[in-house]
Amino acid sequence: MKLELRGITKRFGSLTANDHISLTVEPGEIHCILGENGAGKSTLMNVLYGLLPADEGEILLDDEVQHFEGPGEAMKAGIGMVHQHFMLIPVFTVAENVMLGHESTGFAGFLNLNEARKRVREISAQFGFDVDPDALIEDLPVGVQQRVEIIKALSRDAKVLVFDEPTAVLTPQETDELMTIMRQLRDAGTAIVFITHKLREVREVADRITVMRLGKVVGEASPTASNAELASLMVGRSVELTVQKQAARPGDPALQVRGLTVIDHIGQLVVNDVSFEVRAGEILAIAGVQGNGQTELTEALLGLQQHVEGEIELDGNPLSGLSVRNVLDAGVGFIPEDRNEDGLVAEFSIAENLMLDRSDSAPFVKGGTLQLGFRSTFAAEKVSEFDVRTQSIDTAVGTLSGGNQQKVVLARELSRDLRLLVAAQPTRGLDVGSIEFVHKRIVQARDSGIPVIVVSTELDEVDALADRIAVMYRGGIVGIVPGGTDRETLGIMMAGEQPDDPNGPAPDPHDDEGRSGTRGEAA
Amino acid sequence: MSDDSGAQASAAETGTEAAGSADVALETGSQVPPDDPNDNRWNDALRQILGGSFVISILAVVLALIVGAILIAVTDPGVQQAAGYFFSRPGDTFQAIWNVVSGAYSSLFQGAIYNFGRPTFSAGIRPFTDTLTYATPLIVAGLGVGLGFRTGLFNIGGQGQMLIAAAFCGWIGWSFDLPPVLHLIVAIVAGFVGGAIWAGIAGVLKARTGAHEVIVTIMLNWIAFYLISYLLRTPGALQEHGTNNPKSPAILPNAILPPLFGPQYQLHWGFVISIAATIVVWWLLERSSLGFKFRAVGENPNAARVAGISVKSVIIWALVISGGLVGLAAVDQVLGTTTGGFSSGIDAGIGFDAITVALLGRSRPIGIFVAGVLFGAFKAGGFLMQAANNIPIDIVLVVQSLIVLFIAAPPLVRAIFRLPTPGSKPRTKTPAPTATAEEATAK
Repeated sequence: MKLELRGITKRFGSLTANDHISLTVEPGEIHCILGENGAGKSTLMNVLYGLLPADEGEILLDDEVQHFEGPGEAMKAGIGMVHQHFMLIPVFTVAENVMLGHESTGFAGFLNLNEARKRVREISAQFGFDVDPDALIEDLPVGVQQRVEIIKALSRDAKVLVFDEPTAVLTPQETDELMTIMRQLRDAGTAIVFITHKLREVREVADRITVMRLGKVVGEASPTASNAELASLMVGRSVELTVQKQAARPGDPALQVRGLTVIDHIGQLVVNDVSFEVRAGEILAIAGVQGNGQTELTEALLGLQQHVEGEIELDGNPLSGLSVRNVLDAGVGFIPEDRNEDGLVAEFSIAENLMLDRSDSAPFVKGGTLQLGFRSTFAAEKVSEFDVRTQSIDTAVGTLSGGNQQKVVLARELSRDLRLLVAAQPTRGLDVGSIEFVHKRIVQARDSGIPVIVVSTELDEVDALADRIAVMYRGGIVGIVPGGTDRETLGIMMAGEQPDDPNGPAPDPHDDEGRSGTRGEAA
Repeated sequence: MSDDSGAQASAAETGTEAAGSADVALETGSQVPPDDPNDNRWNDALRQILGGSFVISILAVVLALIVGAILIAVTDPGVQQAAGYFFSRPGDTFQAIWNVVSGAYSSLFQGAIYNFGRPTFSAGIRPFTDTLTYATPLIVAGLGVGLGFRTGLFNIGGQGQMLIAAAFCGWIGWSFDLPPVLHLIVAIVAGFVGGAIWAGIAGVLKARTGAHEVIVTIMLNWIAFYLISYLLRTPGALQEHGTNNPKSPAILPNAILPPLFGPQYQLHWGFVISIAATIVVWWLLERSSLGFKFRAVGENPNAARVAGISVKSVIIWALVISGGLVGLAAVDQVLGTTTGGFSSGIDAGIGFDAITVALLGRSRPIGIFVAGVLFGAFKAGGFLMQAANNIPIDIVLVVQSLIVLFIAAPPLVRAIFRLPTPGSKPRTKTPAPTATAEEATAK
């Protein structure tokens, strides 16, 4: 089935999320929509899927104009969507999830589960999926869950399949497998729309590439285009794809973690006997697929986790067991993974957010009273130093773009007297320009002699920043390898296996002198 | 250094050029290219006023009064009679409606602000001082509830906190014989402490065990009610000597809040306390370190926790101060208005009205002050309306409830008055040249 979008326009108030978008997806082709976060890709797909009504423009399937009132109608017309966040019910089996929403029933309203099982087996066999229809979703690895999503779409005879940022939660190996599946589907005649901001994937699998920026189609590219070409199309200017950094000059061990174990609030072991050290002036990247204990590890360092065992020492002083306040006072800077949830108070002004973790003592508070004069001066200074684009320091942080929000967090943390910087997913959801800025600042912090921990699920970021890389899998550290270790090795480690090379422990970081990581695909 | 200068609509068009030169962007830093500053500023100001909560609050009051007028008209026997022969003489119906509605609202005004029927100014202004007297406890209690709202806490235990505070300040007021000013101060502090303790229980339970403050405070209302009722029936506890009524002894003269403008008015020094409390709460919320933490926890407890703010102690302190302020409402009642001794109905629904006042005042101290005066006016005027026009005082309660209803549904008010949605900006049509240029690049 051929999908055609003609002049789709969608506005939210003054923001034009989609501005006269036109594109055609032929059957049997993988059409990539490439763009930064906020370029309007997801909005476009929500319009296509009937979740949002378009202000202007029309959707055509095989040259027939469609009017979708909701996802149900879109599905009926043959459009299937594999969401970034799976729409599956964890306590249901695969077959139950697949039939959910269009259950066929037999006598007296009994569910016809056998029919669904058969359908799952058929589709699995056709594409070599190896999915057990009776397995519970919650027991399945993320990659397999995604296949269930695909089966779900195919079981409704989807002729147009939309993948919305499907690789965000996958290991590199799972990503490769997904690529294979996508090619199979294409060869079977399905029209595929693949939404992503990762250049590597685009070049690997796309037949055609449409680049979006700020709600508009800015051009088409061929899969043979270079990373730099694609990146500059996405961003609208040429992008520096590497982080310029000197070799690390590590000093004494500053942070020492020994036997750290964290049990979460539902009693699960989320960090399992982790030990590592970070030297002054080096960046230790913690790589791994999301949800393997990295979040809990950083929270434990900051004193945010309740049940923590093991030792954490910073410059010889114990950090374990301290309150968050005391950990911060010990000189730990923290860039939380989810800045909206944990890093900023959206309704507060920039100035207020800049003093958020210093609301107790001088210079922001004297005698219980806020020092508004000092705060304004400080905020104005930081806004210009960190290039926060805003009309005034009294603007509510919630109205800023993601990049500017992150700059506020960065400005707040880096303006304290730090002895350790913990940055969890510091560039998640940021545009290329802001990523560049954040990376520069982190490297600057390192060069000033601060030990830095960067948690990232993006291999490109790990590659760009790390002096050493610790890979986490299921709460444990699989191994610590030097920066610049190749992707394949890291990928294997992220799946929990030791790489072939038995020299697991990191050699002296001085070995990789003058290396500058590439960050091409972090876009 | 990138092209993400806020959500500027213009950035979309100028994005490429702006981003082209990183150095220029660095220099301009916090400044946004001014399109047409004057035009924008006025538009924005207007939009903020129209879209903002202040206008919504006022319009909610207006709407509630309109609905109230309809109810008055519909329920009036005169109007009903005239409507019986509406088609022969429709004028009569409208005349009747006008008579009853204008009569009612003019009574409401004369009972709340100024009575034109009195010969002198000092007699004519008396209703306004009554309004302020009724407003006094509503303001302090509203401040307490509003402070809770700003911290993300719903303190609906005003009744219980007032009862306990009444017992505390009343007991000091009649049991001890202290020098004039000192006695009053001690009694007031006791009232504050009483309310603070009672709300503090809810705070500790929420902080330690996660018990929801709505459940806990409402249960504490009943505990306080039956506890105080029991004590008021128990000789030797709070009951007055030599009586069987569940009523406390009278307050000693030294502990009574003196009248503010002489004995011919009810208005007492409690009103000055509410003004002071308004200023203190404003300072606390907007200018103090503690208030900063209150607001941070209220807006985003997760971020507050990560920023090293102890959410638990903030919850406890916020409820303690909230309860203390509500306790001051009981102080106004016991030491100001009903100094002859109190019964278990001393809270007079103020603990609940305070929620409405805090909502109408948008949890801002100044707003709460104004809202408190408005509700005081409804109370003072409602009595005259009932006495002079035979209109049930329930109408006033309906109007009060409608105000809350309309405030709770800002989109409804905006729809009725066709106000712009906050945050939306005037739609600028995409300039034609840009569109064509873009089509050209797409091809």
